Amino acid sequence: MKKSILAAAILAGGMVMSGQVLAAKTLVYCSEGSPEGFDAALFTSGTSFDASANTMFDGLVNFKTGTTEVVPGVAESWSVSEDGKELTFKLRAGVKFHTTKGFTPTRDLNADDVIFSFNRQMDKEDPYFKLVNGKFPYFNAMDMAKLIVDIVKVDDMTVKFVLDHPEAPIVSNMAMAFASIQSAEYAAQLHKAGKETDLNQKPVGTGPFQFVGYKKDSVIRYAKNASYWGDKPAIDNLVFSITTDASVRYQKMKAGECHVMPYPNPADIENIRKEEGITMMQQEGLNVGYLAYNTEKENFKDARVRKALNYAINKEAIKTVVFNGEATVAKNPIPPTIWSYDMSTVDDSYDVEKAKALLQEAGLGEGFKTNIWAMPVQRPYNPDAKKMAELIQADWAKIGVEAEIVTFEWGEYLKRSKAGEHDTVLLGWTGDNGDPDNFLRVLLGCQSKINGTNRARWCNDDFEALLQAALLSTTPIVRTALYEKAQKIFKEQAPWATIAHSTVFMPISDKVTGYKIDPLGGHFFHNVDLK
Amino acid sequence: MFSFLFRRLLVLIPTYIGITLAAFAFIHVIPGDPILVMAGERGLPPEKYAELMHAFGYDQPLWKQYLDYVGQLLQGNFGTSFVTGRPVLDEFFELFPATVELAFFALFFALLIGIPAGIIAAVKRGTFFDHSLMTISLTGFSMPLFWWALLLIVFFSGYLGWTPVSGRISAMFFFDTPTGFMLIDSLLSDEEGAFKSAVMHLILPAVALGTIPMATFARQSRSAMLETLNEDFIKTARAKGLSPFRVTIVHAFRNALIPIVTVIGLSVGVLLGGAILTETIFSWPGIGKWMVDSIFRRDYPVVQGGLILIATIVIMVNLTVDVLYGIIDPRIRKQGH
Repeated sequence: MKKSILAAAILAGGMVMSGQVLAAKTLVYCSEGSPEGFDAALFTSGTSFDASANTMFDGLVNFKTGTTEVVPGVAESWSVSEDGKELTFKLRAGVKFHTTKGFTPTRDLNADDVIFSFNRQMDKEDPYFKLVNGKFPYFNAMDMAKLIVDIVKVDDMTVKFVLDHPEAPIVSNMAMAFASIQSAEYAAQLHKAGKETDLNQKPVGTGPFQFVGYKKDSVIRYAKNASYWGDKPAIDNLVFSITTDASVRYQKMKAGECHVMPYPNPADIENIRKEEGITMMQQEGLNVGYLAYNTEKENFKDARVRKALNYAINKEAIKTVVFNGEATVAKNPIPPTIWSYDMSTVDDSYDVEKAKALLQEAGLGEGFKTNIWAMPVQRPYNPDAKKMAELIQADWAKIGVEAEIVTFEWGEYLKRSKAGEHDTVLLGWTGDNGDPDNFLRVLLGCQSKINGTNRARWCNDDFEALLQAALLSTTPIVRTALYEKAQKIFKEQAPWATIAHSTVFMPISDKVTGYKIDPLGGHFFHNVDLK
Repeated sequence: MFSFLFRRLLVLIPTYIGITLAAFAFIHVIPGDPILVMAGERGLPPEKYAELMHAFGYDQPLWKQYLDYVGQLLQGNFGTSFVTGRPVLDEFFELFPATVELAFFALFFALLIGIPAGIIAAVKRGTFFDHSLMTISLTGFSMPLFWWALLLIVFFSGYLGWTPVSGRISAMFFFDTPTGFMLIDSLLSDEEGAFKSAVMHLILPAVALGTIPMATFARQSRSAMLETLNEDFIKTARAKGLSPFRVTIVHAFRNALIPIVTVIGLSVGVLLGGAILTETIFSWPGIGKWMVDSIFRRDYPVVQGGLILIATIVIMVNLTVDVLYGIIDPRIRKQGH
């Protein structure tokens, strides 16, 4: 009898939750892809960060869940020297690394762990540096090796970073995934056994959940870390059920096979909202989609031309057609969820006459030929670049500017646009650490023109001076004032057409409480409970 | 028989040269290198980029990279994944059982339905059954797999709630998988309901993947049967007064087997190809999904190694089919003498 009831339950009820009765609370998250590994420093994808840093690790500092505010992590406090070139962290006592099948820590976290976590990413002699040929993409992209001159162990529980030059966002950087604190003891044990790759495959951290196992491309299992130093998670088990297709994730939510899913199909959103038992959470994303004018090309050297093209673009139409209406039209290069966002900016209105007049004034009244580069892939800040390019193409045609749409394979697209081969290019950015510098300097700074991430190839002395001044100050009010000024220059000079900030959607089951959307795009479960 | 086998094996040498060359060329002609793709919008300082290209040997001339690669292959070294840092062979053998399990049941389903249907259609040629079967199989044959799989999920899992949506087993179960075959491992695990869960998870993907081969088998066995049913020896058998069943199965079907076995052999390639889509939709952790992910990440060693391993399987299956011909039809194996 019992068996037949079970069979009936399996047949009838999408089976999963009812298939087995678990006293423990298990939350199933239908994640969007397989992690590349579990050592966050080796990767750049949010999928890998969710599976590693966001569940199992702490930084010296962490982001307060649901905000970009920096709060103490395994460091209980920190201080910055007068000249901004010394950063000292006081570590928290009694922080325990996870005890797993392969590792039993003999001591609590101390300065050696912190030093190891960073040194391995820049010391060419470190076995863990050699293991991956120095492939630490975030550390490299942010040029941290140049910034950090030395890491000094002041005492067992105090670490001092000596910097080459002052850089205010460094504290926020320490909360990023690549700066997760690894156990030096575990690393040494693995090195001795010749099993260095286990650092990435059998992770040991200090975070709220610990690793149980990973079945490649299928499922990741975590258990609550009962000796976590912070608030202990309310759920006992956390399961990532890897489901790459967005429509299939939605079906799984409907069938009760998972509690939370990221990245719903834009086309499904209306239906999910109507679904019983599922709540659609949403928030403005910390991103920006833009069209960059290559300011080194003859036609785009004159700010009036760039401004004219901005006036010609109907952004409301783009919002409706490309984003299904689920986005915020962008007027600044940083999203409204970031501090120092300049509320007073007046956006370039959609005004064809004004655009024509400006072009005339710039001596290009006859119009000209150009191109629009459109990405071949969907990105969080732009779900359909080709469609967007077509709309802009039609808008520009009205003022006599004839644009050809160009596209390349993604890697090639990035490479060629970095080299400045485009006239205008569609691209975007998702914030890493909630600091305005992470948008403004990376995308519009003079150094980035050399590195290539400044696709407008725009280097404005006044703008740059403001960014540099803001780096030197650690006082938010001072920095805010500087960044607001910088945004005014940006708007006048128009190196980009700012297009939109997309909305982040998160369908969650009504059984889940306490979930918060992370503005930085991560997925966190330590504050979550199940009804 | 021995020299027949020997000749077949000899052909493998040029085949493998072709395969390694194709596998190597294929991934290298796709623009964008793994380091660029990894860096994404963030990019890398140029000197760091050059340093990494050099460290991984991607700055070497292509012919040299190819020779190095083949040299490593000959020593049995498939390299390590650029992304996960794990040996390609380890990853392959971890995921391969899932694909085999899926392909096996898809094939089983296709044979079980396709061949009897084809035989019946041939025997009852021109009837309503024949016409409807051919129409259905034509539909099945031309259906986009992606759409068909989603339709199955929406109807059977979403609307009726009979089967789970995706995956190999309920996420509530987590046990060791020593064999990699979920049906076996779930039995070994001693967890109540695990086996049932694994079976239920297998049904939809196997049906989705088996549909196209099923249609092919039905059509192929129908036409092969029609051909043999018109032969003189069938007339003789009928004239001898044998039962219609015996005429159809023993006399006609056995002689119709050659083209059917050929199609079954070829369908292994189709199944592995179809597995890419099926696995992606059903989140089935097999080699199809693994290859797709790796192509997007420009994970050269995995794509190259994976292609060679998959080609090896297809070759082995076809070799087996060739040998089977010899068993089914003695005329073929005698040709060499």
